[in-house]
Amino acid sequence: MSDVVLKVKSLKVYYSTLHGNVKAVDDVDFEIVRKEVLGIAGESGCGKSTLGNALILLKPPMRYHGGEAIMDEKNLMTLPKKEMRKVRYRKISIIPQYAMDALNPTKKIREIMQDLLKEHGENLEKKLDIVDERLQIVNLPKAVLNMYPVELSGGMKQRVVMVISTLLNPDLLIADEITSALDVSSQKAVVQMLHRMKEERIVGSIAFVTHDLAVLYQIAQRIMIMYAGKVAEISPTEKIVNQPLHPYTKMLMASLPKMGVRYNEIKLKGISGYPPNLLNIGPGCRFMGRCPFAFELCTKDPPLFDIDGRKVACWIYRSEGDEI
Amino acid sequence: MSLIEVKNLTKEFPLGFLGRIKLKAVDNVSFELDESKLISVIGESGSGKTTIGKLILRLLKPTGGQIIFNGKDIKSFKPKDYYRNVQGIFQDPYSSFNPVYKIDRIFELVFDEFMPQLHRNQRQKEIEEILISVGMNPSQILGKYPHQLSGGQLQRILIARTLLLKPKVLIADEIISMLDASTRVDILGFLGELKQKGMSVIFITHDLSFGYYISDETIILYKGSIMEMGDTIKVFHNPMHPYTRMLLESVPSIEKKWDLEKFFVPEIVHKEISGCKFYERCSEATDECKRQVPQLVEIEENHRVACIKSDVSVRTEWKNFESSRKSDSVG
Repeated sequence: MSDVVLKVKSLKVYYSTLHGNVKAVDDVDFEIVRKEVLGIAGESGCGKSTLGNALILLKPPMRYHGGEAIMDEKNLMTLPKKEMRKVRYRKISIIPQYAMDALNPTKKIREIMQDLLKEHGENLEKKLDIVDERLQIVNLPKAVLNMYPVELSGGMKQRVVMVISTLLNPDLLIADEITSALDVSSQKAVVQMLHRMKEERIVGSIAFVTHDLAVLYQIAQRIMIMYAGKVAEISPTEKIVNQPLHPYTKMLMASLPKMGVRYNEIKLKGISGYPPNLLNIGPGCRFMGRCPFAFELCTKDPPLFDIDGRKVACWIYRSEGDEI
Repeated sequence: MSLIEVKNLTKEFPLGFLGRIKLKAVDNVSFELDESKLISVIGESGSGKTTIGKLILRLLKPTGGQIIFNGKDIKSFKPKDYYRNVQGIFQDPYSSFNPVYKIDRIFELVFDEFMPQLHRNQRQKEIEEILISVGMNPSQILGKYPHQLSGGQLQRILIARTLLLKPKVLIADEIISMLDASTRVDILGFLGELKQKGMSVIFITHDLSFGYYISDETIILYKGSIMEMGDTIKVFHNPMHPYTRMLLESVPSIEKKWDLEKFFVPEIVHKEISGCKFYERCSEATDECKRQVPQLVEIEENHRVACIKSDVSVRTEWKNFESSRKSDSVG
């Protein structure tokens, strides 16, 4: 059996609007291997959430414009609806960004779980032991099963969603900005819970989507940095933090606060300028306008270069023989 | 004399049937803000940090206690006089704008309210100067509507708008939490610059790392009470309260990894307890903590802690750290 759980190749997912296509995910390539946590990071509007959501459900105005996302030799993007329903939750699942609003308010938690299991030909009554175990992992009492979503706090709802999303032991779990709305102490708890779910083989691999690199550093083995709908860099976490390749990654890391660094002594610098409008992107590297290293070649779109097993989309890293 | 003095400030919100239960959002909080200082108020959601900001901005009336500005109770100021000196910026830049007004109008409103006599050309000049001072190109901003600008740009415009008034105090409530990492430090940089120009800033945040980066002094709040306060370096490098230590341990940082195996799930329970408010979550609590309400005690110069166990002597790590800092600054 191959070690690659998900292989995404030249995937294009656009939003169709009155003004044209918003190229939110434009020609993206990456892989997720078994038992791995891949961090997907970037600024707002870089397409990281679109990427995660598109793998689960292509909901208009989101449209598939080419490429593939292969899981178990099937392209998720072109799978008929009926087949996708079987794959969803069992093979690939998601904890959505607004997990607090993801639960049907008219149903008890038990009924929501029952519906999901029925869809996949299983029965909640037979799975109660497992459900109980899972609730313990996220530190919720068994009593929540008989509660309505309104009876739970925001944090509790999110943890209920974590249990529901992983009920069928998905091979790949997409965690979309699940720590963003939380306090530092709860952020740590949620990351610990995910880690435990992975250790106990409840979930196979995790794609952890967030803008917070410091959180990713805690849990991810590799990090993919996205910029304006494209992959900027994919590297092991330690490398992203200590030896970033792409100028964008370098500048992002430099803008993070560190212990011992205080404004009165050292001034950190952000990245000036703004990402391009995804509706109307000119040719060339998308980071060109904000990049201090930009040169003539950057007016052409850079491919993903392979540097010691790391991937980086920047012309600086071209080698002699490369075709331009 | 300090610019703002908060004295035994308390705010209760009615809860439950006919408001019979009272929730103490702010509980006997006192602190001072000096001129040209940046103080960060740090706490989890529900700690009362935003309420303190709103009380100082007179958006809420305190249940008890006093806020003194320039030696006088803030209640005694006329609103216009007060807001010329004390201004606020809030978390969500998108909802702070009226979507049907162009950005120019946002600035015009400030002039109409506070400086109606100012001539049109003079106004235009001031607006442009202030936009440049927050790192923006006026020609790209003026004439646009809020939806045409990004969150970082809008937040800068809000800062620029407050600057038109040259207030003495700025309350910045979670102003960076909705912005991207790449713009956060720049926005904080403006706060730092303003401070150096003589403005005082109350920086309300749940993000300890940014609080550490920018502030001179730090207040750690938990359920409306101050747990620890004082010089930022002292609070962060020599945290004496178990709560501060827990927060610092859970700050995600690219410099240290969490222990993912050691499991601890915080749960905030709104229950009146007679002793220390942090008792239920504290790993070092004793029975004594259940009975006794800890008072803020000064354990070293400009460093106060509300924990009955904090009288233990200053830790050696900290002594080493401090002496190395001193020798650094001498060298």
